[in-house]
Amino acid sequence: MASLTKSKDFHRLTPAWNVIFNLIAGLFALACVFPFLLVMVISFTDEKTLAQDGYSLFPNKWSTDAYSYLFKAGDQLLRSYGVTILVTVVGTAISLIFISLFAYAISRKGFKYRKFFSFLAFFTMLFNGGLVPSYIVTTKLLGLGNSLWALILPLAVNAFYIMIMRTFFSTMIPDAIIESGKIDGAGEFGIFFRLIVPLALPGLATIALFNVLGYWNDWFNALLYIENPDLVPLQSMLMRIENSMQFILANSNNASLGTSVLQSMPQDTSRMAMVVLATGPIVLAYPFFQRYFVQGLTVGAVKE
Amino acid sequence: MDGISRFILDELPQALGAANRLRLERVNPMKAFGRFFKDINRNIALLLMVLPATIWFIFFSYLPMLGTVISFKEYRVHGGFLSSIIHSRWVGFDNFKFLFSTEDAYVITRNTLLYNIVFIIIGLVLAVAMAIVLSEIANKRLAKWFQTGMFLPYFLSWVIVGYFVYSFLSYDRGVMNKIVLAFGMDPQQWYSEPKYWPFIIVIVFLWKSLGYNSVVYLAAIMGIDKSLYEAAMIDGANKWQQIRNVTLPMLAPLMTILTLLAIGRIFYADFGLFYQVTRDSGTLYNVTNVIDTYVYRGLKTTGEIGMSTAAGLYQSFVGFVLVITSNWIVRRFNKDNALF
Repeated sequence: MASLTKSKDFHRLTPAWNVIFNLIAGLFALACVFPFLLVMVISFTDEKTLAQDGYSLFPNKWSTDAYSYLFKAGDQLLRSYGVTILVTVVGTAISLIFISLFAYAISRKGFKYRKFFSFLAFFTMLFNGGLVPSYIVTTKLLGLGNSLWALILPLAVNAFYIMIMRTFFSTMIPDAIIESGKIDGAGEFGIFFRLIVPLALPGLATIALFNVLGYWNDWFNALLYIENPDLVPLQSMLMRIENSMQFILANSNNASLGTSVLQSMPQDTSRMAMVVLATGPIVLAYPFFQRYFVQGLTVGAVKE
Repeated sequence: MDGISRFILDELPQALGAANRLRLERVNPMKAFGRFFKDINRNIALLLMVLPATIWFIFFSYLPMLGTVISFKEYRVHGGFLSSIIHSRWVGFDNFKFLFSTEDAYVITRNTLLYNIVFIIIGLVLAVAMAIVLSEIANKRLAKWFQTGMFLPYFLSWVIVGYFVYSFLSYDRGVMNKIVLAFGMDPQQWYSEPKYWPFIIVIVFLWKSLGYNSVVYLAAIMGIDKSLYEAAMIDGANKWQQIRNVTLPMLAPLMTILTLLAIGRIFYADFGLFYQVTRDSGTLYNVTNVIDTYVYRGLKTTGEIGMSTAAGLYQSFVGFVLVITSNWIVRRFNKDNALF
């Protein structure tokens, strides 16, 4: 018996250390989730209770006022949701096409200019022109100010994703497949879309998820380029209501909702309700997709 | 990173060699010209494939690089992009001289560097430690739950994090002031007290990034060959000795690569952290202004385009030198750990 426990010690921690390790990891995990729980509870708290007691995980009085107000006066919320979804879908599609085509071409050994184009992408990882020239090109030269393209295009291509995909193509796709496609008389695009894309789906899914997250969480481009309230995405809308819910009401199409609604609106709780509604989809979805996000970084960082 | 290293080590010299040979062979210009078109023609499909992203790179990467010439000019809007740049007066290094004569240049450089150094060191130590903790927990299902929990902040935007922080630091409603009151101290106006912010910034950064980084290291730990541990056990190594002599050395390459990436970006700050989480509070600028927020304010609020561009170029240039240097140093010690 004694020898058994002793040999076990080599494999495992002692029970005491196991408890300590569990505590460390558990407490930190809790700390990571706690703020979201708190914000959720705040959004379900009665506004008057909030004014009296402040933010608390165990409010004296619960209420769903915030959500019912948002359903009444929240067409800005719906519009912003629409903008975010549109930008995310279109942006991710464009990004996948641009990145995978480029990465595939520079992964092909027969491509005469692959070194040149590899360097073209790689150099942007080392050096960039900075915010101001980018801003001037986007607004003055391309004239994208106040348009959805200003939310889509700046995030569409990323040299790091290209490098991840290139590594993926050159390690996972055997040359024989391309050769067999050529023998069958398929063109380069035919080979790419019919033979390569199905094989590259795991890699493409990783890049797609990174893109979806990037677009969904983007507020910076909206901060720079968007003033029209109709084009404000979710995250940017949350920024605008930080100090006042006025933005929501000023842009409400519902004219019958006048100043009375603004006065009676549960400001603090509905703000937090917006945070919950904007974060909800991500919080619900990420546990199922998290492994792809780990994969993405390790595919890029691990050498053959 | 293998692609990059292969590119620099093998392909670049080859390409240069090929270019040299081409120069020697070029006896008949017409023939070279004809061959050029033949090459284009032979690669036309692949060239079409790189075209969309290449156009993107031109507009969103390379034209802005050319646009940094603004930092040597007194920028005036004069029609479109190109004519504005051409018609702006050339002032040489005046923008840089002016930038470095202000205290701002010192403050933003100091803040950017110090925060990043602290982030890199504490971040590395805690991420590796947490990864080891997660990997050693006996109940694997429980460990998986912890891992999922600490991964959450990675998926949230800085705007959301800003709200989270506000629910703690709000003067009249926040959780922090309640705690402070419970301990019999005076409530604080957190958003106008610079002395607390270096700590708040570091804590919020670690809160957001630690989960992700430890999961990345955890993935690497899972990939370590189990026979190494068995060999260590046969040699009589206990758990701690195994961690020190097997796990840590096996993680060293990944630690080097990730730290190197971070050092390369040491001149870049996370704009969201310093802008959203601080609620852009002016009284905090002395401890929260970094190069990125300075450039942004120069562009959008104070309108000092020339100086703002100069600060941006200063950032890109020093950042570039740092990546190249740190990579060169690592390559001298261990080629495999270098980025390229």
